[in-house]
Amino acid sequence: MARVTVQSPNPLNWLVTPALFCASAALVLALPVKVFGLQAPEPVFAMAPAFAWAVIRPSMLPPFALIGLGLFQDILWGGPLGLWPLSLLAVFGLAFSVRRVLTGEGFWALSAWYGALCALGFAVALLLTTLAAGQVPNLVGVLLQYVVTLPLFPLSWLLVERFEDADVRFH
Amino acid sequence: MSLRDGPLSDIKPPLTWLAVAALVVAVVVALGLFVAGRRADSHGPLTTTRRSVENALGGASGVLSTPIRWLADASDAGRAYILASSQNRQLHRDLAAAQTWRDQAIALREENARLRALLGVRTDPPIPMVGARTVLDARGPFANTRIADAGSDRGVVEGNPVLGEHGLVGRVTGVAPQVSRIMLLTDVESRTPVLVARTNGRAILTGDGGATPKLEYLRTHDALREGDRILTSGDGGVLPRGLPVGVAVKGLDGGWRVALDADASPIDFVRILLFSDFSQLVAPKALAPAVLPPTATGAPAEAPTLAAVAPSHQVAVPKAATPAKAP
Repeated sequence: MARVTVQSPNPLNWLVTPALFCASAALVLALPVKVFGLQAPEPVFAMAPAFAWAVIRPSMLPPFALIGLGLFQDILWGGPLGLWPLSLLAVFGLAFSVRRVLTGEGFWALSAWYGALCALGFAVALLLTTLAAGQVPNLVGVLLQYVVTLPLFPLSWLLVERFEDADVRFH
Repeated sequence: MSLRDGPLSDIKPPLTWLAVAALVVAVVVALGLFVAGRRADSHGPLTTTRRSVENALGGASGVLSTPIRWLADASDAGRAYILASSQNRQLHRDLAAAQTWRDQAIALREENARLRALLGVRTDPPIPMVGARTVLDARGPFANTRIADAGSDRGVVEGNPVLGEHGLVGRVTGVAPQVSRIMLLTDVESRTPVLVARTNGRAILTGDGGATPKLEYLRTHDALREGDRILTSGDGGVLPRGLPVGVAVKGLDGGWRVALDADASPIDFVRILLFSDFSQLVAPKALAPAVLPPTATGAPAEAPTLAAVAPSHQVAVPKAATPAKAP
């Protein structure tokens, strides 16, 4: 019987590199610098890999990578520990549960799913912050952060395009 | 021989189920962190780890921000050159207005000193402070905090108030050796006791992640007006009384909010007041009455005198802070 060699994508490429990129981007945008009087927006970069990793392939690694990314974000931004890990895991979990629907979809269909799942992630963050602080965060601010996170979908699309077909077992 | 070539090569682990199990474990871990983080004390392992990471982040961001600061400084210099003429006219107007205020301030200062001498009022000692540069800035709705490059090495402790160029910015909520975390007044977890300067009414300034925090639990005999000055009340002893906070404005939701003085200028540089809580300054034994009040059933005893309850008749009044160390 002929044996087929299965080539798994290297986690360094589809997991570690995007995670490091997101952490670095969040760090750079958190620098208190204004250029021409304008301050940089503060999107949640980690939403992009949280969505893409669920689409690319089932694996045990992404949930723990998301915990690491979320904790980094909590510490960087000074929020309660566990806030962003839970929010990112909610996005990942739901995307993972509808993975069969998402695989093979085009750019616009996936971007719509990304928008919907990001909204869920922000809703979880809103709920947890309300529980922790006893105060509802400014909804306009939440909406603004959600809006500046949406344009990060191409990063997610890039990951899906590059690695979705990398492992034939999950076609 | 690798595992794939061995007798286990035909075993196909249910990857999807393993991934689901990993997801469940991760959610449990994250939930545990969320709960444990809320209850962590300031010397626990979670907090210590967090402060260590913040220390490292502070150092990294200091290096990262250098070229960006050069760019920002260059853009500011270019803008200042273009706007020099109009800025000069504005500064002349401001100077003329400030000279009037200066004369009034001198007169009031002398009158104030005379009245204090007359009443025997004791002023608080000047509050030492350290200057710091903010190196990281979280601006989202879920957290409004900054990291400043002065930490416990320079005497900063949790709870220290932080001033910008024009007013109160927030207070220190975490300290590492070289950096400290500042929770801004706009943070969703920030609660600050304030007073209305005109009416002496009290309120709690409550952040919600927006630019203008809310005034809650407002207690004042006279109605609040737009433009009323808001200062720290010093209630609870966490902050000194009289630090400028902002002015009252009516929010879109109809509630009272505060336009912060600190927003009038960038808060890249801050002053951290090394202010000790009043409860640490006051000796509890001095406050305890020397003579106990009479019991209801016994014979009437001599009531404690005012002098016995409060040995000093002097009243503490805050005085302007003075710098202790250069940044």
